Amino acid sequence: MTENSAKDGAYNYAYLDEQTKRMIRRAILKAVAVPGYQVPFGGREMPLPYGWGTGGIQVTAAIIGRDDTLKVIDQGADDTTNAVSIRRFFARVAEVATTTRTEEATVIQTRHRVPETPLSEGQILVFQVPIPEPLRMLEPRETETRTLHALSEYGVMQVSLYESIARHGRISKAYNYPVMVNGRYIMSPSPIPKFDNPKLDRSPALQLYGAGREKRIYAVPPYTPVKSLDFDDHPFEIETWEQCCELCGSKESFLDEMIVDDDGKRLFVCSDSDYCERRRAPAEAAE
Amino acid sequence: MYVAVKGGETAIAHSLDLVADKRRGDRDIAELSLEQIDQQLGLAVDRVMTEGSCYDRSLAALAIKQARGDLIEAIFLLRAYRTTLPRFGDSLPLDTSAMVAERRISSTFKDVPGGQVLGPTYDYTHRLLDFSLMAADERPTAPTAPADTNRTLPRVGDILEREGMLEPPPQDGASEDLTRQPLTLPASRPVRLQNLARGDEGFLLALGYSTQRGYGNNHPFVGEIRYGHVPVSFVPEELGFAIEIAEIDVTECDMVNQFAGSHDVPPQFTRGYGLAFGHSERKAMSMALVDRALRAEELSESATSPAQDEEFVLAHSDNVEASGFVQHLKLPHYVDFQSELVVVRTLRAEVEARRRQAVLDQAAE
Amino acid sequence: MSDLRTLAPGLADPSHDAQQLFRAILDAASHPGRIVSLPSAPAGPGALSSAATAYLLTLADRDTPVWLASDFDRPEVRNFLRFHAGAPIVAARAEASFGVVAAGTPQPFDGFNLGTDAYPDRSATVLIEVPDLQSGPMRHWRGPGIADRTSVGIAGLGDAFWDDWAANHALFPCGVDLVFTAGTELCALPRSIAVEV
Repeated sequence: MTENSAKDGAYNYAYLDEQTKRMIRRAILKAVAVPGYQVPFGGREMPLPYGWGTGGIQVTAAIIGRDDTLKVIDQGADDTTNAVSIRRFFARVAEVATTTRTEEATVIQTRHRVPETPLSEGQILVFQVPIPEPLRMLEPRETETRTLHALSEYGVMQVSLYESIARHGRISKAYNYPVMVNGRYIMSPSPIPKFDNPKLDRSPALQLYGAGREKRIYAVPPYTPVKSLDFDDHPFEIETWEQCCELCGSKESFLDEMIVDDDGKRLFVCSDSDYCERRRAPAEAAE
Repeated sequence: MYVAVKGGETAIAHSLDLVADKRRGDRDIAELSLEQIDQQLGLAVDRVMTEGSCYDRSLAALAIKQARGDLIEAIFLLRAYRTTLPRFGDSLPLDTSAMVAERRISSTFKDVPGGQVLGPTYDYTHRLLDFSLMAADERPTAPTAPADTNRTLPRVGDILEREGMLEPPPQDGASEDLTRQPLTLPASRPVRLQNLARGDEGFLLALGYSTQRGYGNNHPFVGEIRYGHVPVSFVPEELGFAIEIAEIDVTECDMVNQFAGSHDVPPQFTRGYGLAFGHSERKAMSMALVDRALRAEELSESATSPAQDEEFVLAHSDNVEASGFVQHLKLPHYVDFQSELVVVRTLRAEVEARRRQAVLDQAAE
Repeated sequence: MSDLRTLAPGLADPSHDAQQLFRAILDAASHPGRIVSLPSAPAGPGALSSAATAYLLTLADRDTPVWLASDFDRPEVRNFLRFHAGAPIVAARAEASFGVVAAGTPQPFDGFNLGTDAYPDRSATVLIEVPDLQSGPMRHWRGPGIADRTSVGIAGLGDAFWDDWAANHALFPCGVDLVFTAGTELCALPRSIAVEV
């Protein structure tokens, strides 16, 4: 029992009971030992719905402590409803400091983005994963895909990407773009835009991926090679925009597109709200 | 600027207030008590306990009240509470032959030891709206025969089994707990049954129904359905012997299915089994049909239908998982959508450029 | 239960101590070769080091059987692990999730569960108690978690040990994961790491 239990009745620190945390911690260590391999774990029912980040929340709950500073983003932004909801949950059950600043955070839980600000050693990036199996849309059966991973038999993925080239002249996959981890396992990077894939490669931060409904945890240790799948004559490339961010002028960041009037006028702004604010801060201070 | 899903902190706070307000409804109408839900919406409580995997009538009633009658939401609430409870161990298997039955029917024999007991059932009600219920009314207590609690109620299946007509219960293998360990496939039958017991009633009903329409190879008879109270026993490690810790209501269904037999095995009937908390016959029967369908491989039948496909059934039966994942589509996906927009625009531009080039080439010829 | 009074204490604040210890262990596992000092590691029972004790108290419980080499298979260690972790002590290496062996033991990780190609996560983790983590001959480690390569001088291990390791590494994705423990420090060697002279 901690002092927190007075606030929320019978719940343990960070919500999960200690036995569950140990189970998740063991799964995380095995995930780190076999980069890109999906470790099955006894995922618990969380007080938030499946599909809304229960895997990421369980991973965060198993690692977080009172010394941590937590950042939560959804679509790159700290103030989207689900990010707010998850941040409130941890502030309440884990008495943890929260921040919106990427470089201040020790643990960053994310849905669909990797922050624009480069991560550093010691930081942990926790991804919320809906479908952890990169081959799932090509082969719906878990029994089959498990065998394909065991045999490192990834022809089905190559064929799928090749068909895309044959049909469209290029690989049309835009997000959740499959990667090869350390030359052994094909991995789903979660539904981040392919724009973010290069940030996963040899990142100094530890990447942990949690899929609650599918009950899988996987990891990419720091400095591990993460290669986006491609072909020699069709190399991997990321999205680009003709526009720059309307607010901060960035030409390097991933942009959200907004429709601002009935005539369909478009406006482009950074998806990473912290990055955008920090770039604007000096200019606004000078005004 | 369009920031509908941003600035969420205040929006969420207001949304929570609104949902609490909606739940209470018109303040001039008396508030529902948990006792009213338990007593007067008892079948809803039974379903929430069954699929919530937690036998506690008042907690289930609370969940139903909090969820404004949305039973899947109530199941979710009860599950999320259950998962935080400590585990003391496993109870002994229920002995349903010790049931004090309020209802017990067999469709395979006109009479069976212990008799047919129709009990409370909607089966023979005429589905005419009873307008007298629109006003509160005193109802006389229904007459009941005194229950003989000392007498065991032999199962019809056991009687058939003694004769060799029905297979013995399948050898089950080790039981695991799906709520503590991830599902691995192929699953043992106890794991399958646990999955089905927690599974969505509507999903199992549709699958069970499909087996009756030719998608599967079931030829089922209701060997027996019984509903009533059974004692739950537990062996505390420090005592070393069983003590009775509770009495619960369950519905049990033993489905008897035809089996052709083979060269070496004489024809014999096979089993499908269903068990649900409270009075949940539709659920127990559907479960028994699907259980039997999932035994296709074990019984060397060809498995070609959805209800016989273990991975398909077990992976999609859970309504808390399904509801969450379907509804998560409400969350913002605009980063991924933006990625797709960029790709589709690029592809469209390329197609357009090729078309223009073709027109130019044609004009030049 | 007469030895309850002589039982060494476990974690003072189980929830928070375990969280801090786990983060140190995770730091070690995700940076193989890094020597990590454990915060508030309790004194171990018998010959068990503080680091090995802390590791087991953080991660072992009734779901994870523990195998103890003869140096550690003493009543005070067994009782300690049973009482504080609830972990069953098993006689066969193959049944264990965690093993504890001393540096000099021949074939120190032979016979432990290696996992399978389909489920490589089912392999054991073996703690190897060594004299210290710095003064041994330097070896070069490469692999996930290491930028380029790192040099590590675990003491008390002969050439045969590293031959065994090469064989274990070659089994990837199967194979055991090792954790070297000495005093209040530990250093992790997951199966993914190649070790060169």
